[in-house]
Amino acid sequence: MSSNDTAVSGTDARSEAARVRLETRDLRIELSSSGVDVVSDVSFAVRAGEVLGLVGESGSGKTTVALALLGHARRGLKISGGQINLDGKDILALKSSELRALRGAKVAYVPQDPSAALNPTLRIGLQLREAISSHPGAVTDIDARIREVLKDARLDASTGILKRYPHQLSGGQQQRVALAMAFSCRPSLIVLDEPTTGLDVSTQRHVLETVRALCRSYGVAAVYVSHDLAVVGGLVSEVAVMYSGRIIELGTTEQVFSSPVHPYTRGLLAAVPSPDRSEILTGMEGQPPRPGRRPKGCSFAPRCSYAIETCTTLTPEPVMLDRRLVRCLRAGEIGQGTPRRQGILAAATMDHGATLLELRGVSASYGRNPVLHGVDLSVAPESCTAVVGESGSGKTTLARCIVGLHSNWTGEMRFDGNELARGTRPRQKDLLKRIQYIFQNPYTSLNPRKTIGQIISQPLEHFFNMSAGERATRVAGVLDDVSLGGDFLNRYPDQLSGGERQRVAIARAIVVEPDLLVCDEVTSALDVSVQAVIVELLRRLQKERHLSMIFITHNLALVRSIARSAIVLSEGRLVEAGPVEQVLENPQDPYTIRLIRDVPKLASSHLGAQVALGSA
Amino acid sequence: MQARPPKTSNRFQWLHTLGAAARTRRGVIGLGLTTLVVLVAVIGPLVEPYPSTSFETIPFATPSGQFLLGGDILGRDVLSRVLDGGWLLLVMAVAATAFSILIGGAAGISAAYLRGKTDGIIMRTVDVILAFPSLVFALLLVSIIGPKTWLIILAVGIVQAPPVARVLRSATLDISERDYVKAVELQGVRPAKVMRSEILPNLISPLMVETGLRVTYAIVIMAGLAFLGFGQPPPAANWGYMIQENRIGLSSNPWGVVAPAILIALLTIGTNTFTDAIARVAIGVDRRPEEAALIDDLKVGAPA
Amino acid sequence: MASEQNEQSKPTGVTTATSSSPWWVEHPIASLAARRAAMGVVTLFVVSIVIFLATEVLPGNAAYAVLGHTATPQRLKALENQLHLNRGLLDQYWVWLSGLFTGKLGNSLANGDPVWGQVAPRLVNSSVLVFAAGIIGSVLGVVLGAVAALRKDGWYDHISSVISLAVTSLPEFVIAIALIILLATVVSHVLPAVSLIPPGTYAWSQPKLLILPVATLVLVIVPYILRMMRAAMIEALESDYVEMARLKGVPEWRVVLVHALPNAIAPTIQVIGLNYLYLAGGIVIVEDVFNFPGIGQGLVNAVNDRDIPVIQLIVVILAAFYVFMNILTDVIALLATPRRRIAR
Repeated sequence: MSSNDTAVSGTDARSEAARVRLETRDLRIELSSSGVDVVSDVSFAVRAGEVLGLVGESGSGKTTVALALLGHARRGLKISGGQINLDGKDILALKSSELRALRGAKVAYVPQDPSAALNPTLRIGLQLREAISSHPGAVTDIDARIREVLKDARLDASTGILKRYPHQLSGGQQQRVALAMAFSCRPSLIVLDEPTTGLDVSTQRHVLETVRALCRSYGVAAVYVSHDLAVVGGLVSEVAVMYSGRIIELGTTEQVFSSPVHPYTRGLLAAVPSPDRSEILTGMEGQPPRPGRRPKGCSFAPRCSYAIETCTTLTPEPVMLDRRLVRCLRAGEIGQGTPRRQGILAAATMDHGATLLELRGVSASYGRNPVLHGVDLSVAPESCTAVVGESGSGKTTLARCIVGLHSNWTGEMRFDGNELARGTRPRQKDLLKRIQYIFQNPYTSLNPRKTIGQIISQPLEHFFNMSAGERATRVAGVLDDVSLGGDFLNRYPDQLSGGERQRVAIARAIVVEPDLLVCDEVTSALDVSVQAVIVELLRRLQKERHLSMIFITHNLALVRSIARSAIVLSEGRLVEAGPVEQVLENPQDPYTIRLIRDVPKLASSHLGAQVALGSA
Repeated sequence: MQARPPKTSNRFQWLHTLGAAARTRRGVIGLGLTTLVVLVAVIGPLVEPYPSTSFETIPFATPSGQFLLGGDILGRDVLSRVLDGGWLLLVMAVAATAFSILIGGAAGISAAYLRGKTDGIIMRTVDVILAFPSLVFALLLVSIIGPKTWLIILAVGIVQAPPVARVLRSATLDISERDYVKAVELQGVRPAKVMRSEILPNLISPLMVETGLRVTYAIVIMAGLAFLGFGQPPPAANWGYMIQENRIGLSSNPWGVVAPAILIALLTIGTNTFTDAIARVAIGVDRRPEEAALIDDLKVGAPA
Repeated sequence: MASEQNEQSKPTGVTTATSSSPWWVEHPIASLAARRAAMGVVTLFVVSIVIFLATEVLPGNAAYAVLGHTATPQRLKALENQLHLNRGLLDQYWVWLSGLFTGKLGNSLANGDPVWGQVAPRLVNSSVLVFAAGIIGSVLGVVLGAVAALRKDGWYDHISSVISLAVTSLPEFVIAIALIILLATVVSHVLPAVSLIPPGTYAWSQPKLLILPVATLVLVIVPYILRMMRAAMIEALESDYVEMARLKGVPEWRVVLVHALPNAIAPTIQVIGLNYLYLAGGIVIVEDVFNFPGIGQGLVNAVNDRDIPVIQLIVVILAAFYVFMNILTDVIALLATPRRRIAR
């Protein structure tokens, strides 16, 4: 793939003069036990001052590639081929002592989860200092440099931060410390591995701005790994999309996001929700092959709607198409796509005044710790209300109060005219049946010792007096409803993917035919393509089964695709409520305004025109 | 019908785990050693060449064709005494283990699930029992009541119950906070049923590992008591006491000491190695539940 | 034993300090130590009642237990007086409990000597044994465990894991007998088989006599500490923060000593503490095997003689040691864990 660097070089006039800092050629990483490759044929180049986005879903190999850029492979993996040239020198050819000297000095790494990557037993000052002192000669005045990088990372050294332990800092501060550490020796290349995952939207925006400013002022090359297309879109100049250990599309951000060629890229873009428009999300069925279990031919073929027979036998080589690289046999035939999505018809708002669930002045606390303050909420029959908030906003507590998992609350809750008691114990069996709850994490909400059939029929046994035959029919029917076949009945949860597990959890909730479904961040543990499938499934079920739904999420963009009305919570208080369009387009509360401003979105220059067409 | 065969079958998961453990290298060794010693102890009394309590030769006679392992301190046949001296130890160890798993398990699970006062009372009781070194507690009881078989079983069962309670308490605490348990509680299912159908099936791995550990340590403690002279009263043969009584003749006929010592060693190594195999299969890493708990404590870290 | 994990290390065991509390509640270490000490006192109190009731009340009374079938009414009467058995139960307990603090515990029933004077030199000897074995065993266990973790899945790791698995299985007296056969009788005679220490001298005066008992106890505890250290060290070495340290170019020796070791040591300290407790029980058998004049041997003798005042005192000492070690272990483990020591 030697054509790669020339392919990239013509893309941006501004960077023409800048020299290539990092060039990766035919990188291959395999399982050290079996020699099966988990990453192969990865080639790309990054110039000084530029940021390359490495995008992919979980299991795509993006973090593996990121670590390889520092000559590091995790336990069980080994870098078995290719070159990683940093300023013209192949780091894979270095001795381990040379590699150590290079790490931190020439290539720096910013970890995904700084709370785990900062040593809990060492003070921040020591950890920053050793990043510099491990490279004698890199910096002359260590103390001055520490003060300088702290300032660069927008941290205040005078607050005694250097004497603190990591757990005494907030998530945002921890990530800034990691950034300061990375820039401390003025490296040529910085590898950022999803550095903003887990941060709230506003902190995320500030960290991203810091990253951008630092890369520009230091003239370093950066590789930014992320699963979040919206974050990448606003930050990087070039994007490499990874699937199953290979780069399947590589080009400028503009090209890749506004006219994707590879069917996977198209699918991914179609799955990303937008806070600006209410659209039907299109997910991708199926799941990527596990690392080391790639099928013959194109890895994406089993999920690809463009796939032809050759796709399952012939492994596609990258082809150049309109100054971008695409790894698809049919790249030339299928042309460039437009991420077109069907708009949701603004169905007549059924405002007939009826309410199924009504909350008045609900306050809740954990121990002596208040988490909710006088929240009002009303949910109309057969409609979906979104509860939006960042972590710590009390949104999950609200859900748990409603379903009865949390009983330490005051205020009033009425369901279908009847007072809702605190906790599940005092509630009538019929009431418990009518309100069902879906947990956030499908990896913990299914008993690993039970089959899918047992899990779904358990509530039927509890709530209904049914014969085994009737139960089996109901279970089969509901499995069908969530697009899982009957062959799932005898499987165990650990044999299912995250998306499949969440469908099982949905099936368990709807099998008793409830009136109200409380969905607590049900897609936050899932990849974006799976998220789209689950959201669409919930929307369909809500309509078909005339359900009321409370959809709790931190993701503003999702709200538009599923809910009709929304409330926004901040630090336990209700700050905004109303129809979705009003809340998102014309927010009144300063918090909501800031939240909507800070949420990363695929810039309209990438998507705008096409999507507007699609939703017409 | 299934794409992948289930790794675990619900009802017979423990059998499946045992089978899988028995097929590992450690499992084969552990099970092999245990079976060997158990066979000696069980078949031994049937095939002993001389009555184990009769005086057949001179004290500490060296091994000969007639007395394969020589004579003991009183001139009894060492081989016969070895063949006769193990079965009661095994029976007592198994009985004590069953007692400690039942009592400790019930205490630990109910402490964790019922919380509050029950938890406090159970765990303080556990603290008090733990304040006695295990052998000392048994010695204390034996010194009052005398070396009765039932008393030794009871004493060893009681001192082994606290660790079982602690391990199962922490496992239950962990599991009862999982979402799949909450999902069932949300339906208003009775606590007893939640425990039986949702929690207990997930406690099988720690229960199996604990059982293995307790068997090993019950043998160790009981052999130790016998060694100190607080086992069955003489002249009955007992591996632990044989080592004690014959060690002054170590230089004349070491077999009176070496043979029972080897049998005890093979037995405890066997049971412990098989337990290790179970732990590796059931928990996945070569780490015992209690070790994992100590590490996790510090990983989670409590906010002050 | 290592399986007796410390309840106090559970996150739930740490209470939230409130602003209205006095300073010692707000300081996590002082607060933990204070709470554990209070709980320890309660535990000890209950333990003393259990010991007292068990020895004095259970079947008939202690006097009968001592005299057994030789009891005649006169002798029983005399003994009852000596043991204060003629007083009420509460009175008896009070006399005994106050005796524990004043040292007036009466005389041994076996030889008529004062109980405390008889137990004190034994306590010194046993302490030497326990702390010598504890210190050597801890250092060995930590080092061998750390090396096994660094060489994970290598031949050293496999061998040390197999050996430690085998040794943890063995009763102490089997280990002791094996050492005697190898070093003191059948195979070679490099060391004395028994540790007969002349009256009036203490154990450290003849170090050679200490070697075998200490070696036995070291062998008993090293595998537990090794296993724990290995597991905790692997956990630390595979953590994100160690990966991060390597990725910022920190030299490997520093990664191991500064980054991994402090994180692995905290859970290991707890296991070391448990092993000291285990040693307190283990000395009973080891002292018997080597005829070492410590409290373990004293206890066995006292049980044989039904010397109840001596039994009571020794068991109380062992229980107090347990409580004290538990508090100490918790405090040290807390010191090694900033995350639990310092509030946000």
